[in-house]
Amino acid sequence: MSILVDKNTRLLVQGFTGSQATLHSEQSIEYGTNIVGGVTPGKGGQVHLGTPVFNSVHEAMEAVKPNASIIFVPAQFCKDSILEAADAGIKLIICITEGVPTLDMLIVKKRIDELGITLIGPNCPGIITPGEAKLGIMPGSIHMKGSVGIISRSGTLTYEAVKQTSDLGLGQSTCVGIGGDPIPGTSFVDVLKMMQEDEQTKAIVMVGEIGGTAEEEAADFIKENVTKPVISYIAGQTAPAGKRMGHAGAIIAGGKGTAADKIKKLEECGVHIAENLLQIGAKAKEVLS
Amino acid sequence: MNLHEYQGKELFKKFGLPVSNNKVITSADDAINACRDIGGSKWVVKAQVHAGGRGKAGGVKLVNTPDEALDFANHWLGKRLVTYQTDSNGQLVNAILIEECTDIEKELYLSAVVDRGAQRIVFIGSSEGGVNIEEVAENTPEKIIYEPIDPLTGPMGFQSRKISKVLGLNNEQSKQFSKMLPQLTDLFISHDLSLLEINPLVITQGGKLHCLDAKINIDSNAVYRQPEIQAMHDPSQEDPRESEAAMHDLSYVSLDGNIGCMVNGAGLAMGTMDTIKYFGGSPANFLDVGGTATQERVSKAFKLILADPEVRVVLVNIFGGIVRCDLIAEGILAAIEEVGVSIPVVVRLEGNNADIGSSILAESNTEIVSLNNLEDAAKKAVELSK
Repeated sequence: MSILVDKNTRLLVQGFTGSQATLHSEQSIEYGTNIVGGVTPGKGGQVHLGTPVFNSVHEAMEAVKPNASIIFVPAQFCKDSILEAADAGIKLIICITEGVPTLDMLIVKKRIDELGITLIGPNCPGIITPGEAKLGIMPGSIHMKGSVGIISRSGTLTYEAVKQTSDLGLGQSTCVGIGGDPIPGTSFVDVLKMMQEDEQTKAIVMVGEIGGTAEEEAADFIKENVTKPVISYIAGQTAPAGKRMGHAGAIIAGGKGTAADKIKKLEECGVHIAENLLQIGAKAKEVLS
Repeated sequence: MNLHEYQGKELFKKFGLPVSNNKVITSADDAINACRDIGGSKWVVKAQVHAGGRGKAGGVKLVNTPDEALDFANHWLGKRLVTYQTDSNGQLVNAILIEECTDIEKELYLSAVVDRGAQRIVFIGSSEGGVNIEEVAENTPEKIIYEPIDPLTGPMGFQSRKISKVLGLNNEQSKQFSKMLPQLTDLFISHDLSLLEINPLVITQGGKLHCLDAKINIDSNAVYRQPEIQAMHDPSQEDPRESEAAMHDLSYVSLDGNIGCMVNGAGLAMGTMDTIKYFGGSPANFLDVGGTATQERVSKAFKLILADPEVRVVLVNIFGGIVRCDLIAEGILAAIEEVGVSIPVVVRLEGNNADIGSSILAESNTEIVSLNNLEDAAKKAVELSK
């Protein structure tokens, strides 16, 4: 068991023939992911990485029946691409692209919620279920099948957590990067819900950062609904107020969204805090033994 | 991206919102004529900087003669205004807004933001204006209304009436507000704003609603589709290194420590800063080289870090996911060759092609400390910074 993706995932790549999509699709195929085709408008009929290219998601749907889609198109086209995949009936959409306008996401989020679609991202590394499928841009080699579920707002910080849990022999059930934007398609709470129900997941690592209140909402949810141990690291303990720290969502605004506030709230709700990012794996091992 | 008050008011005017008759001057010589053009016998002169707290810092003044306006302009133009929201260097004053004086009956508060929890544009209104709204929220939450706007319906009449009630408007003002709410929403959506704040929104002695201030932030992700906003960009209000970084698509925030950081990924960049602090050091900057870092961008990033005279050592922390470590290694070497580096560089490469990256660094004839464990690399950088 795992969540969201496994051996049965049939992946479609939107923006397939672009350089980034090509690089990461090659690596995903090498990892064992079943990529059934891709979409690049105007290039339908071509063959790319040994799979067919379509002009639209709808055409791909008919021909190769994907059940998940990953999006690499430029930010200004993401709203269209996400809604296209949604309209074609794909229920799991992953948007890797960074820089999607926030007001585009307000509309997209409302629509995918109405349709009951899971959108991961934008501005995220994707999802991986080690040993089964890799839908994203994470380096596959650092992962190991195991018992820790990882949820994170940051790509490279997720890799740190992954490497540490692999090095300690714990491994991962599924890793979900929800992305660093102010309006993510999927929240910490959505993924916590799935991981609580997943048999393979024995402990959950939640990597948060400054800005917004997603960690606080997650803390409330954990207190009431999550019986598995949760370990959390919050990045940005040394970040100054009022400055956007790379991610569109990582900003301490009006004194709200500091790492200290989030850590305090998480601790109050029974979450194990990794004070430093180097301690994430060790903390997971400690609570699992 | 932020706008100046005068730019915000230009947009207000364009959308039919009530603002004072005004002129913007960038040369003190124009102060007297500006006052005469506006007319009347009292004016408000306001230094234009991207920061709040201007009034308390002396950057806003009521003047009774055009000569006083001239004195104010002579005093401030070309100087830096320091407020509680700026750093100790303050912000450069390049323009002065001169406005006709408004007789105020009452000060109110109105803003709109993209609320991350509600996932909607939310209007925030309060009968307490001209003060810090966070304090009002803390002390008298009943005086604040939060009204989310459904993207499907837009702002409805009943929502305008709900906000009017909390603002304490009479029937006439409430009617005026029912026109303003859709205008503000149109402005917000059409220009991709992330914040629109009118503090204070006032009731004049004539009983009308009037926008006395205008604070506008635009979603940086959407600036590409806002040519009008791009033309309003004022780089003089930004940290020069941060503007330089933005031009090369790098996220950079300068801090006051002495360990320069180059990291891929915003989260890891923050985590690296935290780690440096944890081991007793102090980061000089936040720098995310981003997901598609080319050799050229890495070189730029390196130069940016080395331009800070406080930096004594550079810690490069790369966990290759999107970014291939061999590319980073080549970028580091190219930058070192180009700029000439006289301070130690500690590099930690991990992930995608890390082995190739490390061997590229090892085979080079430079003084690079290459460690593939973050703890060792951070400790080494801290040690070298002392």
